[in-house]
Amino acid sequence: MARISIDDAVLDISGGEPRLLGSRCRACGTHTFPVQSGCVRCSGDDMETVRLGTRGELWAWTVQAFPPKAPPYLGDTDRSTFEPYGVGYVQLPEVRVEARLTEARPEHLKNGMEMELALVPLATDDDGNEIVTFAFAPSGGAT
Amino acid sequence: MSDVAIVGIGMHSFGRHDDLSGMEQGAIAVRRACADAGVAWDDVEFAIGGSRDAGQPDKMVPMLGLTGLPFQNVINGCATGGSALISAYNTIKAGAGDLGIVIGFDKHGRGAFVPSTPPSGGRDWYGGSGLALTTQFFAMKINRYMQQHGISRRALARVAAKAFRNGAKNPMAWRRREMSEDEILEAPMLSYPLTQYMFCSPGEGAVALVLCRADRAGRHARRPIFLDAAVIRSRRFGSFEVLAPSLAIEDGVGPTVDASRAAFEQAGIGPEDVALAQLQDTESGAEIMHMAENGFCHDGEQEAMLEAGETEIGGRFPVNTDGGCIANGEPIGASGLRQVYENVLQLRGDAGVRQVGGDPKVAYTHVYGSPGISGVTILSR
Repeated sequence: MARISIDDAVLDISGGEPRLLGSRCRACGTHTFPVQSGCVRCSGDDMETVRLGTRGELWAWTVQAFPPKAPPYLGDTDRSTFEPYGVGYVQLPEVRVEARLTEARPEHLKNGMEMELALVPLATDDDGNEIVTFAFAPSGGAT
Repeated sequence: MSDVAIVGIGMHSFGRHDDLSGMEQGAIAVRRACADAGVAWDDVEFAIGGSRDAGQPDKMVPMLGLTGLPFQNVINGCATGGSALISAYNTIKAGAGDLGIVIGFDKHGRGAFVPSTPPSGGRDWYGGSGLALTTQFFAMKINRYMQQHGISRRALARVAAKAFRNGAKNPMAWRRREMSEDEILEAPMLSYPLTQYMFCSPGEGAVALVLCRADRAGRHARRPIFLDAAVIRSRRFGSFEVLAPSLAIEDGVGPTVDASRAAFEQAGIGPEDVALAQLQDTESGAEIMHMAENGFCHDGEQEAMLEAGETEIGGRFPVNTDGGCIANGEPIGASGLRQVYENVLQLRGDAGVRQVGGDPKVAYTHVYGSPGISGVTILSR
């Protein structure tokens, strides 16, 4: 059984550490996530795909306390076993990225706290592969 | 004076109506609006309709009569109703029609809206990961705002309690049971810091408005209400919007600020001239933030305003006098037009037990929705 990314064009797990892929505008330097063909700032269309940084600060957050509908959600939707998860924007050096958070307790979440990229399992596909997506975890286990 | 007047209003109640399709509710609203204006369907020169989930609006024409009128369909997220109204307003201003009707209706399933995020060839990584819920955005935005501007959880409960109190006075509302602030605060947390009763729910309902050239309004209405501004704006770089996988690092203003400024400019008045407002309250925090984004207070002042009851029907500046989205639910196609319907009632002096005092002359509406769009109208009499 292998571990596979929810989407290799968004989350690259082929190397030693997971990386998010975004776009950088060659004209104005603005970054977006995920990869896109035009620039949100200057309307340019000369974009290059880049690996985004893996560490940043929590900028906004909430806790998802009810199971999302499936589809599209791939994770656990059983109300009796569903575990709430954090959701937030993490300010990376290039751009603020929306992501799951591994921490779901409000008293342990605070804007400005240091976060780093991590992987969380979502589901197992028909071939027995574990599908993972990206999340941010408090750095240094400082919860 | 404005170029466009609202001379007829019609509504089908909001809520759940298992025995009626969304489109049938729309046709009922049309007949009521025409009756209110004293016009026959045959007199209507053009129609603009909006619905997200209840069918293509122009398919309702057989229920009303096949008169051959031009009928355009509008879909624009949560601003669908507002966009339909703006299209009709512009049609009349441009001289392309003298008398038209705007129709908004919808019928959504139970539970939160299912995001539609077309996968980029692979899996739907956004929704698949457990992101892409509108509830998450509103929770994150108000959570950040509360920390920045000193808004309490009690203030969130005050907004929701007011919504249910006003809804209880509105025969067209869905949620008509008053609820205490503590009951709202102690309800299950859906998305921190927002509990179940702080959110609106997708629902059903319909509204229709008959519009005509302002200089002919006297033919159709004893008390015409004038549409002084109708504006929509989409988001700019640097704003914080719903369903955004990433945000710019620099902060800019959102589409509500842009739409509000443009509407005040169009109407030639300022926020201090407005007697009451219907503001997008997808959840109670949205109403609080939208009070400031629309120019009616500074960031953070909402806490004291709510504590003093200033936004109650009897307060200095009533907000969401019909119970807003929280008490009415949100049938996307109809929601923005519900706000206009309520303001017309208030300006005519026909709002009954919900009537705002002081003989209001100017009223304001605001919608906000996915993927970062705002619509504002300013009405006067």
